[in-house]
Amino acid sequence: MTTEKEPTWIAREFSKCSGCRKCEIVCSLFHENRIWPEASRIRVFMLVPGLEFPHLCAQCQEYPCVESCPTEALSINHKTAAVSVDEEKCIGCGKCIDACPGRIPHMHPTKNYILICDLCNGNPQCVKVCQEGGWNVLKLVSRKDRPYKLYARTPDVVTRDLAVKIYGELGEEFL
Amino acid sequence: MIFGYAGKFLEINLSNENVEEIKFDDDILRDYIGGRGLATKILWDRLGSKWEKVDPFGPENMLLLLTGPLTGFFPGGRICVSGKSPQSNGVVGSTVAGEFGVELKCAGYDGIIITGEAEKPVYLFIKDSDVEIRNASHVWGKDAKQTVKLLTKECRELLKTRFPNYGEWKEPSILYIGPAGENKVRTAVVAAKWTHAAGYGGYGAVMGSKKLKAIAVKGTGPLPEAADIKKAEQLTQRICKDVYANDLWRRWGTGSAGYVVGAKTSSEPIRNWQEEWHDEESFGVDKFENRVWIKPYWGDFGCPTTCLKIAMVKTGKFKGAITDNPDYELQAYLGSNLGIFTPEENVFLSSLIDDLGLCGIQTGNLLGFAAELFQKRILTKENLEGLELKWGDAEAFAVLARKIAFREGIGDLLAEGTYRAALKLGEMKNTDLLRYAVQCKGISIGAHGIRSGKDYPEIISYACSVQGGDHTSIACYPLNDSRSELVMTFHDSAVYCSFNIFGIPRKLKFEFYKAVTGLKLTQKEWINTKSLRILQLQRAMLLLGGPDIKWNPKIHDENPTRFYEPLLSGPYKGKTVDKARFKEDKKKYYKAAGWGKNGIPKSKTLKKLGLEDVDEAIEKLR
Repeated sequence: MTTEKEPTWIAREFSKCSGCRKCEIVCSLFHENRIWPEASRIRVFMLVPGLEFPHLCAQCQEYPCVESCPTEALSINHKTAAVSVDEEKCIGCGKCIDACPGRIPHMHPTKNYILICDLCNGNPQCVKVCQEGGWNVLKLVSRKDRPYKLYARTPDVVTRDLAVKIYGELGEEFL
Repeated sequence: MIFGYAGKFLEINLSNENVEEIKFDDDILRDYIGGRGLATKILWDRLGSKWEKVDPFGPENMLLLLTGPLTGFFPGGRICVSGKSPQSNGVVGSTVAGEFGVELKCAGYDGIIITGEAEKPVYLFIKDSDVEIRNASHVWGKDAKQTVKLLTKECRELLKTRFPNYGEWKEPSILYIGPAGENKVRTAVVAAKWTHAAGYGGYGAVMGSKKLKAIAVKGTGPLPEAADIKKAEQLTQRICKDVYANDLWRRWGTGSAGYVVGAKTSSEPIRNWQEEWHDEESFGVDKFENRVWIKPYWGDFGCPTTCLKIAMVKTGKFKGAITDNPDYELQAYLGSNLGIFTPEENVFLSSLIDDLGLCGIQTGNLLGFAAELFQKRILTKENLEGLELKWGDAEAFAVLARKIAFREGIGDLLAEGTYRAALKLGEMKNTDLLRYAVQCKGISIGAHGIRSGKDYPEIISYACSVQGGDHTSIACYPLNDSRSELVMTFHDSAVYCSFNIFGIPRKLKFEFYKAVTGLKLTQKEWINTKSLRILQLQRAMLLLGGPDIKWNPKIHDENPTRFYEPLLSGPYKGKTVDKARFKEDKKKYYKAAGWGKNGIPKSKTLKKLGLEDVDEAIEKLR
């Protein structure tokens, strides 16, 4: 178990994802008080059936999204190391999406601000529900000096990798 | 407005491309809920007065895709597909798992009603309230995997172009048909996610008759507001806790049954039901798990069970075949029923059936029927255009499945489904072939036999069901038995996966219903009034039937002939269905359902349920 004081990282093992999307349900309930897959800060992509995986902020140490923001709407929460979005300041310009190597941030579907995982203030609901189900795709670990930004990949790239891993030579055919 | 509903439905006429939003009164939603119940009500109101004349493949038939208030809330998302069935000429509520229902509700719609018929192949693309009828000629003729690939790509590109600042677009959820649906094969499915299918009913063929290749939907809104979301979440936790503790479905899906239902309960179809017992350890679930399962847990929206497992053949001549599990039904129907007992051959055939857009259960039944005719030299090699349809020959069955999907040669006749094919071939051969057709009212019997008495259906279950051979909707006595179709209609009408209700108290689903809708409903009220009303409507439309076939309860509320032959092997050798007991049980069921001795709903029953118009319409049948 990690303590509140220690920043954490969500370790992820994409190929174990069952596609149950419970992470989307609990994330949107926590943040929006509704079941709202598109407003979830973690989104399960299924560009090819069987290759489901959660797409969420990789919490990289470089924070290119924060740097790219022209209105200082994005900042680093030093307690959790997550990116905080100031919904008032955000103008929905999308520069952070382009700055993110994984194009992970996306717009709130009905409001004019960007959605980025905030680790639920250090107690991520998605991890909890994934662990409860025994899927263990998501796991909370203590934050260390590791190249977390490698996990910031676009959905298409992740899909391509999983296709090879799961469907082997045939994988290419489905892309 | 009732909580849990988006509050509007889309109605699309493909003949004149008219798209409109419609609503149903709260009273109707309260009584019929959604999915199967509401489909039954809509079909009766719109087509009931001319039911016998409605051609399931004509523009007058409707294709209904309906969610229910619990879709997306209750663990395990589904969508219910319905219309006038080209198999039974009645109404079947056929559900398929996946995210489609959730996306649709998030787009703001509780369902889609499709009428008319397009001039050229089309697909629908729905993004929230934007509804487009788009050209589908480039995907017409494509198999399941190609269709999903091309439409996922095309729709994501459209979204990206139209909303460039949104960020990455997830895939829309897609329902589609394969070549079999396009060719109006009566065992064609409406499918999702390569391997999921609404099979019973034959609605893939209805979709094909409307030249509708697919429907893709992306909803960016929230699920409708629930009356008490906190309570719904508590109940979800309760269900999940139970499911996570229970290993059977989660660990093996229904995949352990391919061995067990044969070896232990003697109720698995083998070589067109000539036998129901086997002890083939080559077909054990360990063989599937160890040889072909590449993804051990695969599920749909909100599902804790994830009974699906992705299977792929990695070596040998069937290398590259991909499907799910196969689940029990397809292990049986595309395995033991064809004399096939290896995971590789079973995965190969299931994968092909997925790709062609065929129903694994009903096409497996049809292939077994044809193979028995070959075995008995009724169908010759010449009749089969050179094909030797020997038990256990997966490649031969694959050739015939393709002929069926494309209606080539003998496949054109078999594409009419087991019942109709038996009638036509019987005429050609001047002999009764219905005795080899293991079906009830045009719908093949699910892979659960009744002769050993050790499986879950009763001896009247298929004969008296309003959905014929459908193993997910069976007649049971008393009507409130947990297996009874009067109970199952709730899952199919509130629209969620019934595989997440095993082991939980029966009243929990009504607590869930109340948490989402705010409406109180008891099991008693459901069984005695609302579900019974749905049952009577389904029964009425089934008996009105037409235009090609009509069912007479005296003749057709009956088991397949095969079930009166004694079991040939296994621990229950010699067991069969007792005709006298069947008659007695049927009589009891008729009485409980409020049907006369002739099997027709009584005037009194219908009037008590407020179905005076139904009473009038079926007077001529009495």
